[in-house]
Amino acid sequence: MATLPLTGPRPGAAVVTTPVDAATTPHGRRHPVGRVVLWVVLVGFSLLFLYPFAWLLAASLKGRGQVFDNALWPREVHWQNYVEVWHQLPLLSWMFTSVSIAILAAVTVALSSSLVAFGFAYFRFPGRGVLFGLVLATMMLPGAVTMIPIYLIWKELGALGTWIPLFGANLFGSAFYIFLQRQFFLGLPRELFEAARIDGASYWTMFWRVVMPLSVPSFVIVLLFEFQASWNNLQQALIYLNAGSVDGFTAPLGIAYAMTKYSPTAGGQGDYQYVMVASLLVTVPMLVLFAFGQRYFIEGVATTGRKG
Amino acid sequence: MTQIGAQPAAVADAAAQVSAARPRPRTRTRFHRREAVAGYLFISPWIVGFLVFTAGAMISSLVISFSHYNLATNVARPAGLSNYQGLLQDPRVATALGNTLFYALLAVPAEIVFALFLASLLNGVGRGAGVFRTLFYLPKMTPAVAAAAIFFLLLNGNSGAINQGLRVFGIEGPQWLVDPTWIKPSIVLMQLWAVSGTMVIFLAALKNVPRELYEVASLDGAGPVRRFVSITLPMISSAMFFNVIVLTIAAFQVFDSAYLLFWRDQSNASPEASLFYAVYLFQQAFRQFNFGFAAAMAWLLFVIIMIVTFVQMRFGNRLVYYESDR
Repeated sequence: MATLPLTGPRPGAAVVTTPVDAATTPHGRRHPVGRVVLWVVLVGFSLLFLYPFAWLLAASLKGRGQVFDNALWPREVHWQNYVEVWHQLPLLSWMFTSVSIAILAAVTVALSSSLVAFGFAYFRFPGRGVLFGLVLATMMLPGAVTMIPIYLIWKELGALGTWIPLFGANLFGSAFYIFLQRQFFLGLPRELFEAARIDGASYWTMFWRVVMPLSVPSFVIVLLFEFQASWNNLQQALIYLNAGSVDGFTAPLGIAYAMTKYSPTAGGQGDYQYVMVASLLVTVPMLVLFAFGQRYFIEGVATTGRKG
Repeated sequence: MTQIGAQPAAVADAAAQVSAARPRPRTRTRFHRREAVAGYLFISPWIVGFLVFTAGAMISSLVISFSHYNLATNVARPAGLSNYQGLLQDPRVATALGNTLFYALLAVPAEIVFALFLASLLNGVGRGAGVFRTLFYLPKMTPAVAAAAIFFLLLNGNSGAINQGLRVFGIEGPQWLVDPTWIKPSIVLMQLWAVSGTMVIFLAALKNVPRELYEVASLDGAGPVRRFVSITLPMISSAMFFNVIVLTIAAFQVFDSAYLLFWRDQSNASPEASLFYAVYLFQQAFRQFNFGFAAAMAWLLFVIIMIVTFVQMRFGNRLVYYESDR
């Protein structure tokens, strides 16, 4: 398993990786029977974890009222659900909004956090330790504490109902990503910076031409994490976009709306197959992202401890 | 806020690094001043953001919690302690707090045990682990709203797939989303489906346990249980400590699943057992626009989380084994 150099080659903090031998385990030799049992259990859990996906795929292809037959193979396959859903719900508009906000959120936070992280990693200035301590401390603050004043700020700026509140604060960096990027920057060999300075490079050139090209892996982690966080974000959309038109919703807000729209208790017809199609369509981009960036996601979580 | 923390050991380490000034050749003072100015410039986006969106917002939130806020006029009228008294008088605050505490006590141990169990399985399998790790991780990539939509139907008491599956074994499953007793277990079940973030952290910790320790223990006649208790648990205790703290903080703020399953439809009355603290806070803030009351709720939550985390850290530090202390 390749370990991304997230923490850099710092002595004492280096991750110890022991090569895992194929035949033995940390618990010594294992009997063939034990291995078979282990594999059976693992396959069993895999099926449990995958069942909701299979169920979702099947449900998205069923007719009205058939969702609850729970068959993994629909009695009759309603491909037209995938056509009809675009007329039933403004899904295209939701997806466009969600993708746009997620890209804006990811790019702004990755750039701003990198800038700040470089400031903390390279320069010496009075108060640096205290300020970096503050960066870390802000991670402990529950979002609920600042939620109302931030709403009032955006209200004052006339940004309610726009996309701005859903990514605007990202322009100022985010504590977790600053921490992540700084750890990476500290691992870069210092000689590179000194060499660049001797060549007469400005600090800005150093950042842009030396540091950024070398820190692509951690930059990608920040982009992926933030894209996912933004894509999943329900609460912000509820606060800032719920009062506007349905067409302007993000995908999560839209699906929440659809769950109510088709709910029989709220006067709907129980057309859950459309909710299922929409749920599938918001999940697929994340699975694609994971397919390409799996290494980044898992290494990123394992080394920094971020939980989605 | 979706992101929570970095490994405490790493954070402490990072803080120590900052304070320890690295030796560097001293040149003219002007250079240092230029360097300091450049440093401040680079971190200036964060300073502005901190002053406005964190420090400023915290002060403002504290002021609002002692006020009656009129959203139409943007005027905050001083209200003294009345919002905080309101917290005590409103029975739904107590309900929401009780629900959330109960949920946390249920969810955190369940997630820890299940994640550690899965991580141990993966650690035992050797080379094939990558495939299973990928499969186990997929639920984590599923957006909360999609997961909620799926489980909303899977957990249906009459015709949901989960109860249908239980009937195969002759068990009549509960009314998961209706029966007050089963509401929290339902949400825990959803969390367990997406437990792989915690699992990956445990797996990384398990991989770092030196194999020789197990070999020596086996030679000394220690069985699998003894090896797990005496070697594995102490050696992964810092990951355990981290996971418990992060999961607890997250459990206190559970919102998405509770909102989507129970409170998205404002006309529909849901059982009080599903009223979680973050949901009630959100309703007070952005449905009733009771900003003063909601801000007071937020500060109460903050204080509770601080106390719980502090207690966990006090207890945890005694139990955690740090490699560097040897």
